[in-house]
Amino acid sequence: MSKKQKRTLARILAAAVLVILLQLVALPLPGWLLYLVPYLIVGGDILRKAALGVRNRQPFDECFLMAVATVGAFALGEYMEGCAVMIFYQVGELFQSVAVGKSRRSIAALMDIRPDYANIRREDGSLEQVDPDEVEVGTLILVQPGERVPIDGEVVSGRSSLNTAALTGESLPRDVAPGDTVISGCVNLSGLLEVRTTRPFGESTVAKILDLVENSSMKKSRSENFITRFARVYTPAVCFGALALALLPPLALLLLGKEPLFGQWVYRALTFLVISCPCALVISIPLSFFGGIGGASACGILVKGSTYLEELARCGVVVFDKTGTLTRGVFEVAEICPAEGTTRETLLETAALAESYSKHPISQSLKTACGSPLDPARVTNAEEEGGYGVTARVDGRQVAAGNARLMARLGLTVTDPEQPGTVVHLAVDGRYAGYIRIADALKPGSAAAIAALSKAGVRRSVMLTGDSETTAKAVAAQLGITEYHAGLLPGDKVDWVEKLLAEKRPRENLAFVGDGINDAPVLSRADLGIAMGALGSDAAIEAADVVLMDDDPAKIALAMRISRRTLGIVYQNIVFALGIKALCLILGALGLAGMWLAIFADVGVMVLAVLNATRALYTKDLRAD
Amino acid sequence: MKKTYKIEVDCANCAAKMERAAAAVPGVVSATVSFMTQKMCVEFAEGEPPKTVMQNVLAACKKVESDCEIFGI
Repeated sequence: MSKKQKRTLARILAAAVLVILLQLVALPLPGWLLYLVPYLIVGGDILRKAALGVRNRQPFDECFLMAVATVGAFALGEYMEGCAVMIFYQVGELFQSVAVGKSRRSIAALMDIRPDYANIRREDGSLEQVDPDEVEVGTLILVQPGERVPIDGEVVSGRSSLNTAALTGESLPRDVAPGDTVISGCVNLSGLLEVRTTRPFGESTVAKILDLVENSSMKKSRSENFITRFARVYTPAVCFGALALALLPPLALLLLGKEPLFGQWVYRALTFLVISCPCALVISIPLSFFGGIGGASACGILVKGSTYLEELARCGVVVFDKTGTLTRGVFEVAEICPAEGTTRETLLETAALAESYSKHPISQSLKTACGSPLDPARVTNAEEEGGYGVTARVDGRQVAAGNARLMARLGLTVTDPEQPGTVVHLAVDGRYAGYIRIADALKPGSAAAIAALSKAGVRRSVMLTGDSETTAKAVAAQLGITEYHAGLLPGDKVDWVEKLLAEKRPRENLAFVGDGINDAPVLSRADLGIAMGALGSDAAIEAADVVLMDDDPAKIALAMRISRRTLGIVYQNIVFALGIKALCLILGALGLAGMWLAIFADVGVMVLAVLNATRALYTKDLRAD
Repeated sequence: MKKTYKIEVDCANCAAKMERAAAAVPGVVSATVSFMTQKMCVEFAEGEPPKTVMQNVLAACKKVESDCEIFGI
């Protein structure tokens, strides 16, 4: 509890004790004077704020409502009631500020990955802790086990495993060795690491993420804006309603020639005022969104604003980029198919040797698949022909490695396999030796992710790719995507997204999912841009509305589930708070509800709404699905 | 130009009132108050000195919510 809260608590207790004493002891003084003491102790600041509000021509706030209600109670001779209402109001306010403060802090703590210091080795060998902001690019810093990597950099010496959970939500540690890049925000688990920084702190991943998360509550959702607009008309409306309730029925009774009962109607009007405070709504909705964003970031999903969390729920069309999003974006040998008389190993080794001088990614993947280091002395006369392949002498034999056209030139007729990928045919001394298929491997979770999305209510999943029709068709079939468009240039992707945007249903959103490389324009054109594998990719963090910190496409469906639940909580709170308030207002106007029920309607509803809102923070059960 | 300030405000409704008051100050293009992070983000009009504008913003906010505070002006 803060100082302010402690002081309020002391005032509440003092006033409560005094009121109880006054009930027990009879003093020879007028009642209003006696009860005025606890009343002023507990409600002095409320009266002051109400007076300030009136002076600043901002009368319609809850302090004013409370002041009018309690002063009114005193005027009617209900001293005890006046004090009690004020005490309970303060208890409620205190409870609310403690509860809200607590959930606010727990969410903030969840997202706080700010490193406090960086270790620099001084000349005498001792370690000095400095502000990460002051560390220049190229400085050697030390990260001890248990510490957070403060700045992005490259490992110079030491081996360790890093916990990336704060960034990706992934609990499996990542191993690093000299030469690997490390990203700030990860926690060093085992060994001492010496890291050469590659960026200033301000441009490091951790600073970018913190900035993004801290500003996320600035982009307000429609529900939030609705509530603030609502509160703006609601409070004055209720005040005038109360005034009407105090004046009209007695006047009507008077005109009918009956007893006007002014006191009773004024009391009802005051009850009406207490019930009406809009705080439950105004607090619980941003709190729900804040909790939802916090819960999502614990899963490695960064949502850049409440508004995007709201829009996620209405995603009907999801457009995927293929390479790097659904597939790993890394080419690997997928199939080795030797002709008769050749073994798999010789085929692979010969191909790798023939291609060894090439800088093409295919050559790299062949080398990787081979495993053992290749002796470049075994290869002579290597020649690369664009659009065909490579010819070379390997161990004194003439080898041709390339596509079907190259084989045709040698007088060999070959057919490409049906599977997706790039095929390298091999001919040794003019005889066909077999082919090796190299393909971009699917991410293990891709198919499940597509299925989960359609379960989450996505009507249409579309894949866009620059790859050939055959590859696209095969990948789409493996993933269960029915719609794909192949052979697209980056500019064509924007056109396709425009076309799909025009075709979507009203009140439905189109999300584009990409890896952030070359697709920034599409990311910003879609209703929702989702970038994945964004660790270290600045363009993606800039352009996207939702950033998935790791490569897992299954996070999209998870983000939608979190979004749905958060919205569910928001609607529950709106309906619940408004419903109870409306009911109590009617009861109050009819004289069926007294001040006590009024206090519940104000404070109780607010506390329940706040507690409900904090549910949005917990995403464990959603993650398990 | 945009600047973010740390603020102190007690209730969400008050934060909303501050937001409206700040946005109405001359020299402010837009203002957003986040009750959750206790921050105010103000976008200033071209050529307006943030320091003087923020004095007016603070005065305007104090008027609607006497208990609020804006730090780092």
